[in-house]
Amino acid sequence: MRFIDEFRDGELASGLAAAIRRVVRRDREYRFMEFCGGHTHTISRYGLSDLLPHQVRMIHGPGCPVCVLPIGRIDMAIRLVRDAGVMLCSYGDPMRVPASGGLSLLKAKAGPGRASGSDIRMIYSAADALLVARQNPQRQVVLLAIGFETTTPPTALVIKQAQALGLGNFSVLCCHVLTPPAIASILDSPEVRQGGSVGIDGLVGPAHVSTIIGTQPYEFVAEQYRKPVVVAGFEPLDVMQAILMLIEQVNAGRALVENQFSRAVTREGNRKAQNLMAEVFELRRSFAWRGLGDLPFSALRIRREFAEFDAERRFAIRYEAVADHPACECGAILRGVKRPSQCRLFASVCTPENPVGSCMVSSEGACAAHYSFGRFADLERVS
Amino acid sequence: MSRTHKAYVRPLDLRQGRIDMTHGSGGRATAQLIEELFVRRLGNAYLGQGNDAAVLPMPPGRLVMSTDAHVVSPLFFPGGDIGCLAVHGTINDLAVVGATPLYLAASFVLEEGFPLSDLARIVESMAAAASAAGVPVVTGDTKVVEKGSGDGVYITTTGVGVVTEGDEWSGDRARPADRIIVSGSIGEHGMAIMAQRENLGFAAAIASDTAALHGLIAAMRASGAAIRVLRDPTRGGVATTLNEIACQSGVGMMLQESALPVRPEVAAACEFLGLDPLYVANEGKVVAIVAPEDAERLLAAMRAHPLGRQAAVIGSVHQDAHSFVQMTTAFGGRRIVDWLTGEQLPRIC
Repeated sequence: MRFIDEFRDGELASGLAAAIRRVVRRDREYRFMEFCGGHTHTISRYGLSDLLPHQVRMIHGPGCPVCVLPIGRIDMAIRLVRDAGVMLCSYGDPMRVPASGGLSLLKAKAGPGRASGSDIRMIYSAADALLVARQNPQRQVVLLAIGFETTTPPTALVIKQAQALGLGNFSVLCCHVLTPPAIASILDSPEVRQGGSVGIDGLVGPAHVSTIIGTQPYEFVAEQYRKPVVVAGFEPLDVMQAILMLIEQVNAGRALVENQFSRAVTREGNRKAQNLMAEVFELRRSFAWRGLGDLPFSALRIRREFAEFDAERRFAIRYEAVADHPACECGAILRGVKRPSQCRLFASVCTPENPVGSCMVSSEGACAAHYSFGRFADLERVS
Repeated sequence: MSRTHKAYVRPLDLRQGRIDMTHGSGGRATAQLIEELFVRRLGNAYLGQGNDAAVLPMPPGRLVMSTDAHVVSPLFFPGGDIGCLAVHGTINDLAVVGATPLYLAASFVLEEGFPLSDLARIVESMAAAASAAGVPVVTGDTKVVEKGSGDGVYITTTGVGVVTEGDEWSGDRARPADRIIVSGSIGEHGMAIMAQRENLGFAAAIASDTAALHGLIAAMRASGAAIRVLRDPTRGGVATTLNEIACQSGVGMMLQESALPVRPEVAAACEFLGLDPLYVANEGKVVAIVAPEDAERLLAAMRAHPLGRQAAVIGSVHQDAHSFVQMTTAFGGRRIVDWLTGEQLPRIC
């Protein structure tokens, strides 16, 4: 595949790995958080840890839309299907997220009541949900919209399209969240702040999110927190190069926002997409994140002008907080305080087949990525 | 006019006609459907006996039996359809344990309203596949379910074969140092189906690899190579098949990502949907575990057969109490190739 294989070249990788080994100082550790689940997936899938010297430790951040979705939000979606009889359209990832009462969207789909109207469909894009609504005019169709800034503009677009079409049977359960507040929350957490138990020496900044918002929104990280940020693409060579750039910044005592992903990201980002988001969405006063808790102004809701397409308003449902499993460490793992293997449930009670916490659900989740791609390393450490 | 039911003056309308509940009632309509649509296409001496069961000659050896339900959607896809798939699937299940496939039985669950023209197409495809493979459909059954209770047509095929005692292969015989061979490029069936199902225009060129493998497998046996395990990597793909074998044999495996044969269009479609070709279904490929000293000989025999031209050694077996299947990535790292979890769901961003 042109324009993809070039970024997965094994020879270039070993060259970069050698460069990293050359610049790494023997007397210190480098702890970098890759914010994005996409990077977590790349690191696991290509086995990047094997190419890095032991001084470099990658901490998997919370940038996986499924992992930060609280139980109560999935409950809302299931209530819409069961109580309001809507047809729910969801991306693949949220389907297996555990909800209350041992349910998930997948289980609700298979469970009783399907014949009497419960209908949950997996879609690949927001546009598919709009199509479902147009094909089923007799049904109320709700899009479970999740994701960071990457998936938000398409949601905005379908809401505008639905308005233009005068669709009366389409609405959106908006669970879109924002990247910069989540980064700030991690850097502000007591474990990470100076003297805390977890140090973070730098951040690998998001790839696709940054194509939308640009690199500017991360500048506060460099300026206020004195941490370097390197925005990186999702291909393995991108990640390796970003790590090299971070190490060089740390060694030089610099804290700047650098852009490794310059083939797709600019400082300003995609203005058109940003305007579209601003037109349709506004900030929520507060949003409950799984693992990070209630974060002020960290998520989006649909503006009043588009109220009729807001499923929360149309069906008058409210978010109700639900406690996570008491032994689940997703919260600590999302903040980088614990590693997946330090959770008592990991690989015993909690597996990709039977996920307890959301980090085990998506292949971008820290636990699932470690379970599926890297758990042999734990066993080798023991034996 | 019907031979056994003269009361049916009018032949089946294969152009406009549709399955209705009377076709499953067991009455004349059923008999007419069987005779004019099924027997006429699948026809052979055993099916023609018209009895409730076929009485068949049996060569010496041990009896091998397998059954497989086919519920694919869409029913027609590039490279094949549910009809030939149902024939190939069961023949392959027999062949990979070392059997010579002899006979097939086929059961159809038809949905009310299903076009007879589509059914005829499917049965013709089945007949062609069975005839090409030299394995006749000797008995069958049809049932009709109400509209909405099925997805057009489901086909279950059961196969019977024979193997010389001691010649059968089993999944528990892989040993450390053995080589792992795959007979050709992977992931084509699954991606052909996905491309149709999800309307991926750019992936329209991907055709299913559905094929009967007993010819290739006979050539592999004839090579004299010490084959330990043979399996067709269908649902769950090569990754799942290798995990099954690793567990059954109590060994670990190490694959080389750069050695995996994947066609560029399959790789591209997988990339687009966030899928991994290792987990995508194949219907015309075989995975072989072979003694290290015989790997080259087996590879040569496979490459000499039309269905094995792209055969490649993709890894090796080693001792591992945890039975992990691992892979050295093309990038130089290492990762687990785990069991498939749930369905292989695409990632969203």
